[in-house]
Amino acid sequence: MDVLNALVAIANYVLIPGIAYGSQLALGALGVTLIYGILRFSNFAHGDTMAFGAMVTILFTWWFQSMGIHLGPLPTALLALPFGIAGTALLLLGTDRIVYRFYRAKRAAPVILVIVSMGVMFIMNGLVRFIIGPNEQRFADGARFIIKAREFKDMTGLREGLAIRTSQGITVLTAVIVVALLFWFLMRTRTGKSMRAYSDNEDLALLSGINPERVVTYTWLIVAALATVAGVLYGLDKSFKPFTYFQLLLPIFASAVVGGLGNPLGAIAGGFVVAFSEVTITYAWKKVLVYLLPDSLEPTGLVQLLSTDYKFAVSFGLLIVVLLFRPTGLFKGKAL
Amino acid sequence: MSVNWKNIALFALVGALILGTGFYQSWNTAILILNMGLISAIMSLGVNLQWGYAGLFNIGIMGFVALGGLATVLVSMPPTLEAWSAGGGRMILALATGAATIIAAVLLYKRIKPGRTRTLLLVGLLTGGFFLYRYLFDPAAEAIEKVNPAGTGYLGGLSLPILLSWPVGGILAAGVAWVIGKTALGLRSDYLAIATLGIAEIIIAVMKNEDWLDRGVKNVVGIPRPLPYEIDLQKDPGFVETATSLGLDPVTASTLYVKLGYGVLFAIVLLILLWLAQMALKSPWGRMMRAIRDNEIAAEAMGKDVTRRHLQIFILGSAICGIAGAMMTTLDGQLTPGTYQPLRYTFLIWVMVIVGGSGNNWGAVLGGFLIWFLWVQVEPIGAFMMDIITAPLADGSALKQHLLDSVAHMRLLTMGVILLLVLRFSPRGLIPEK
Repeated sequence: MDVLNALVAIANYVLIPGIAYGSQLALGALGVTLIYGILRFSNFAHGDTMAFGAMVTILFTWWFQSMGIHLGPLPTALLALPFGIAGTALLLLGTDRIVYRFYRAKRAAPVILVIVSMGVMFIMNGLVRFIIGPNEQRFADGARFIIKAREFKDMTGLREGLAIRTSQGITVLTAVIVVALLFWFLMRTRTGKSMRAYSDNEDLALLSGINPERVVTYTWLIVAALATVAGVLYGLDKSFKPFTYFQLLLPIFASAVVGGLGNPLGAIAGGFVVAFSEVTITYAWKKVLVYLLPDSLEPTGLVQLLSTDYKFAVSFGLLIVVLLFRPTGLFKGKAL
Repeated sequence: MSVNWKNIALFALVGALILGTGFYQSWNTAILILNMGLISAIMSLGVNLQWGYAGLFNIGIMGFVALGGLATVLVSMPPTLEAWSAGGGRMILALATGAATIIAAVLLYKRIKPGRTRTLLLVGLLTGGFFLYRYLFDPAAEAIEKVNPAGTGYLGGLSLPILLSWPVGGILAAGVAWVIGKTALGLRSDYLAIATLGIAEIIIAVMKNEDWLDRGVKNVVGIPRPLPYEIDLQKDPGFVETATSLGLDPVTASTLYVKLGYGVLFAIVLLILLWLAQMALKSPWGRMMRAIRDNEIAAEAMGKDVTRRHLQIFILGSAICGIAGAMMTTLDGQLTPGTYQPLRYTFLIWVMVIVGGSGNNWGAVLGGFLIWFLWVQVEPIGAFMMDIITAPLADGSALKQHLLDSVAHMRLLTMGVILLLVLRFSPRGLIPEK
């Protein structure tokens, strides 16, 4: 019985939040990794792109809510999501046309593009704060839980409850669908294949008649979708605050680098590695240990390896370890 | 060398802008802009060293600036003797244990051949070291924070003169830069960027949460000043006499005296650093640095140790940012870890360097002054513009209110637009590298 209780506690506090957070990071890291693979620079504006996508979605959600359109138990934000993606796609394509294309034509050094993306980050950050303000916004509605802790306890007779929030369920489901679509697109369609060819070897792709501008346009469209979905899911699961999205940049980059920059499969693996390291290291294990250990060995402290204030230190530590020992990442990325 | 009238004109323009602020707004604001402009110029000098000379992309400036701020507390605040006796010794022991574990792990990794034994030993050592560290650290931190939490609750500093904290801030920043540089230099340029971004966030997190060190978000106030307090000046009959003979009332005179005093101190530091940077740029070392930046492979073929030189210049640039951070906290008179924002302390400095002209020290200094002036003044200008734009809207309409409230965020937008425009149309900046 105690073992079961301990397992449920682990599932409730580590497994489920880890999976949800991991999916969000994986979606974010996929965007970073795609831009890296095809446009060949680290996009520091990605966190703010996510914030922008989430913001457009929130605005549409509010509009729908005010008109009385609801999705029943599901959050209305899902209905607004396509509009958010469209808005973000317009923004990204516009940015590419006005800003990035010039440097691409000049074949500027990647580090110049990174600085340019910093300028874009400034503008997007300002735009988001200008439109929706720097404060926290809540936009989740519908049923809050799939399983409530109390129901679970009544159902199983265990002392530990297991709660699954709707946002967590939706996060995982959406992430699976989005990733499946992405891989189908990259592996099976003609455009996807030309994107991979372009990423592997630009000159060879140009020789075989692939239109680079078309590849770039599709990349931005996909990135817009990925960033908006990631941003909205994170906002539903936690809450929307522009500055948090900027701070997400570190775990997202850590995921992409841990997995291997430029490798989509790596980005997903990296997202989960970073998320689970963060959750396990900052979780107070006392509860689980109380169930598992005999009374005499019961821990006195919280048995928390690091306080949650230092969750960035976990991403950072992982990043450093990977940079030191395996700079190309777990899966072979392009970068060195 | 011919006199460069364009550059002189540019500096004169910035001077005129600041003087204009003095005439039209207030002298207080003008001198504040001047003082922060001096500090900003020093920061952008440090970043220019890294980016302009060596092409290193550091976006963790905020962290190094904050370390400088921490140095002022550690150097100049009076020690909390009670806290020291409560947990000081144990804390030192804990920190020493932590450091020893890491050093032992590095030695172990280097001395023993790769294999399962090494992995097991490493894991064992690190786990053991971590738990020993926590065993020593946790009670010590708790004991220290319990001592008068509302007033002190931290170990305090060494009660040394505040000016000493400026070089100490530089040394602290240099130490952290060494660790980061050792890891991330020699890899792709983006990796250094990501690593510095991370370390800056962690430094801020430590300063916010380790109350035993610097009181965290409870802030340390009343940091000693290198200059007399206004109130003491006003009591000093000699000062009052001089002030009245100059036709100023003692209160205004004392604030001006203190602010200008800071300005003179900062200007001295800026001039020394600028002179050093110029000498370095002209020296064989500076030529080597630029050769490495322009063609790493060729420089390496000529027998230059590229990674080592990069590490060197990365440490130097970060140290300069640390010095500037210590100066800034000295000017503020308080350490507030909650106010360090990456957009303000990292990315703004980048705008300064790029707008001023990367690779040119005079450009960096000019950029520091100019962008700081804009950063301060964009808000009133934005509010003025917004008043004009929203004038046709009815009073009390939600849109008008929202637009007027959002003026504060114009700063970020403006800075982003300036950065992109300069990068596109004048990528070498206002005062380009020769």
